[in-house]
Amino acid sequence: MPTTMIAATQIELNDEGFFVHPEQWTEEMAAELARRESIDPLTDRHWTVLRFMRSEFLDKGTGPTVRALGKTSGVSVKELYQLFPKGPAKVAARIAGIPKPRGCI
Amino acid sequence: MSEPSTLDSIHADTLPEPITKVSIIISKGSLDGIYPALIMANGARAEGIEANLFFTFFGLDAIHKARHEHIKMATVGNPGLHVPTMLGGIPGISTAMTHYMNHKMEQLDIPAIPEFIEMIADTGAGMYACKASVDLFGLEKNDLIQQVQDIITVGEFYEMAAGGQIIFT
Repeated sequence: MPTTMIAATQIELNDEGFFVHPEQWTEEMAAELARRESIDPLTDRHWTVLRFMRSEFLDKGTGPTVRALGKTSGVSVKELYQLFPKGPAKVAARIAGIPKPRGCI
Repeated sequence: MSEPSTLDSIHADTLPEPITKVSIIISKGSLDGIYPALIMANGARAEGIEANLFFTFFGLDAIHKARHEHIKMATVGNPGLHVPTMLGGIPGISTAMTHYMNHKMEQLDIPAIPEFIEMIADTGAGMYACKASVDLFGLEKNDLIQQVQDIITVGEFYEMAAGGQIIFT
């Protein structure tokens, strides 16, 4: 599995670029991870989503889908796609250092 | 000559190109005809794939202001439902099955069709109605929900679909 240096820490990522060990993630890594997704700078609204993803993952063991994000994160589906045009749940999960959320809706 | 490439590079050579764009045609007006297309469209956007939806023939009911809240399950001629056709045709059966299905989907947090379509439009997917079908049913743009961007011809559809995959449902 590929490893990469993020914020001076050796991180193991899976083939799709998600953290293999979510506990390795720190907030200091987010800006660099975001730049890799062509998101620069990370705004407060991005952070609202990232923190929500992170806490959902820690609570439930899996990150929310876009539908769940739109309903409960306080950020609408429309804005989610403006913040993360390449797929909100997927891209935000990469930046928040959690596994890819699974779900069809 | 050096040895053939490692397993990794063989893998890289044959890795299929990812899908970047889909055009999804919705031609059916039943609950079971519409949902799969909506799930595929929404799922495409969630993966960062560009998506356009084209509603044609009875699929137009999904974007018809007066009809999209009343989409029903097909209970006749639908062997997958395992309801005998004679029974499926009894008045009220389709409505009852639709209620049951909607209830099951609500439990799974699958949105109702009007809400789902609004959500898909919010993801940035394009929504279009087929001109031939709109003319056939005597409809106007005003009969369709506001998320519909345009009424287009088949030629315009192909232009718009260029460079992507076409999915017919």
